[in-house]
Amino acid sequence: MNKYKIEELFFEWLMLLSTVIVLGSLILILGTVLWRGLPALDLAMLTQIPKGGYYLGEEGGILNAIVGSLCLAGGATLLALIISLPIALYLQVYATRSRLIELIRLSLDVLWGVPSIIYGAFGFTLMILLGMRASLLGGIIALALLELPIMTRGMDEAIAMVPADLKESSYALGATRFEMAIGVMIRQALPGLLTATLLAFGRGIGDAASVLFTAGYTDRLPDSLFGPAASLPLAVFFQLGTPFPAVQQRAYASALVLTLIILAISLLSRRLAGGLTKHIIR
Amino acid sequence: MSKPYDASMARRNRIRKDIFARRIMKGLTVLAGLLVPLMLLALYLRARPILEAQPLTELLTSRVWRPLKGDYGFFPFMMGTFWVTSVGMVIAVPPSILTAIYLAEYARPRIRALISPLIDLLAGIPSVVYGVWGMLTVVPFIEKVAAPLLKRWLGVVPLFNSENPTGYSVLAGGIVLAVMVFPIIIAVAEEVLSAVPQGLREASSALGATRWQTVRHVVLQRAAPGVVAAVVLGFSRAFGETMAVLMVVGNVIQTPHSILDAAYPLTALIANNYGEMMSIPLYDAALLGAALILLLVVLIFNIGSRLVLIRLIRR
Repeated sequence: MNKYKIEELFFEWLMLLSTVIVLGSLILILGTVLWRGLPALDLAMLTQIPKGGYYLGEEGGILNAIVGSLCLAGGATLLALIISLPIALYLQVYATRSRLIELIRLSLDVLWGVPSIIYGAFGFTLMILLGMRASLLGGIIALALLELPIMTRGMDEAIAMVPADLKESSYALGATRFEMAIGVMIRQALPGLLTATLLAFGRGIGDAASVLFTAGYTDRLPDSLFGPAASLPLAVFFQLGTPFPAVQQRAYASALVLTLIILAISLLSRRLAGGLTKHIIR
Repeated sequence: MSKPYDASMARRNRIRKDIFARRIMKGLTVLAGLLVPLMLLALYLRARPILEAQPLTELLTSRVWRPLKGDYGFFPFMMGTFWVTSVGMVIAVPPSILTAIYLAEYARPRIRALISPLIDLLAGIPSVVYGVWGMLTVVPFIEKVAAPLLKRWLGVVPLFNSENPTGYSVLAGGIVLAVMVFPIIIAVAEEVLSAVPQGLREASSALGATRWQTVRHVVLQRAAPGVVAAVVLGFSRAFGETMAVLMVVGNVIQTPHSILDAAYPLTALIANNYGEMMSIPLYDAALLGAALILLLVVLIFNIGSRLVLIRLIRR
């Protein structure tokens, strides 16, 4: 075998090895969470809120955190959706190829890279300014800011895929740009828009650092926008922080619940991306 | 009696609606564009008391952190962040880039369609889950296997020797961070590599180059700035990661000298103490000062690499 062939084989193996390392770490993470979380997971954990002495290892569950997380991420996703969709449409319909638009895209990409702890600190600063305390609403605002760039850029790219012919046809029929955006673009890009929304929801539900100061934590179910709300990532974090093995076990189970939610969202978005094509013209 | 249909009125209404919608959309868009400057301003205003109380050079170089006595030295925390992030990048970069090359240049479409969603999944795993994995797998591995081996074989080098009896260390943080930035570097690098014109590869093959030679001398040559940008994006993500790192680095206020030492990164400082000591105004300002430093570094890296990527991937 000549030198070049050996070189070729060597690097091919190295690349395969790297890919195995990357995928192996995914399997290792999922496996660890499943293996340590499953034995501690039972129905009571999913259906009860923490009772007295829960953090010492007694009765109760993490229903407060599950419901809290769904409220936080759901509210944040709704808020982000209301802001993101108009922005994505504006970028694609009203202003194409201007300097301002390039700047906005750059700034959204940069926002995507801002660490979540910064969103938490900024959200908290906003809350102090408005005289709010740690609350469901505060958490929703911080998470919505975190989700905004993810959702907007995803939608921006989904709408960019809509064929220009369709756009021009609807203009030729006399539609205004707004009518074209609502009637043609949203419908055509629907699967992509939903994928972006679900991606943002998944990011929101898993984030801990941004809700740490803004949403607070409570053992009760969230009952008001202005009261504190628990969340799954913080439930994992706090339960791990106790010195009792029984409570730490529950942290693993909570991590498993969180991971399962993320997996379900990821599968759902894959299904949706394939389906929902009834109204799409190709 | 209903009014007769007025065509010009209806048209005017539709146009008015269009203009109205455009104004709202433009307003939201400009607002989103102002978010970055707004964040900088807010953090700066809140951090100003500490910047006025102590000169910046002293804040950045002082090693003493005693909030109750008014000593706010960021140096140990900055070094903590620097060590953990650097170790993470050293571990993450080679496998990520090789995987990206594999996916972009070697893998058949079917295999790529199988692997890409799994890498996306890795990107979607919440940071506390990474933290749990780190505590359950990485920390014990370092304590029982990696640390004794490193000390035995490479103990003469200070970098691999430490008195730290636990596995909670810079290395643990680095390994967890490395796995977290895999998907970011891979996704961006793969996109950059795929954007290299096919003609260049064909020309190289026609001259008799092997596949690896084409990758090494033609594709990577052309994509180099983008690959660097991918690495920088990964670096800045690692730089700002909070929860996962916080759970595995040990959080001991000291300047690490070895990858087996415990560390206390800036992000952990903010997360562990914020909201706790609001009664001491300077303490509050100091923590937001830490957040400001973090944001500035991340912004510089992000803007730089995005500008490079825009030039390379423009369609």
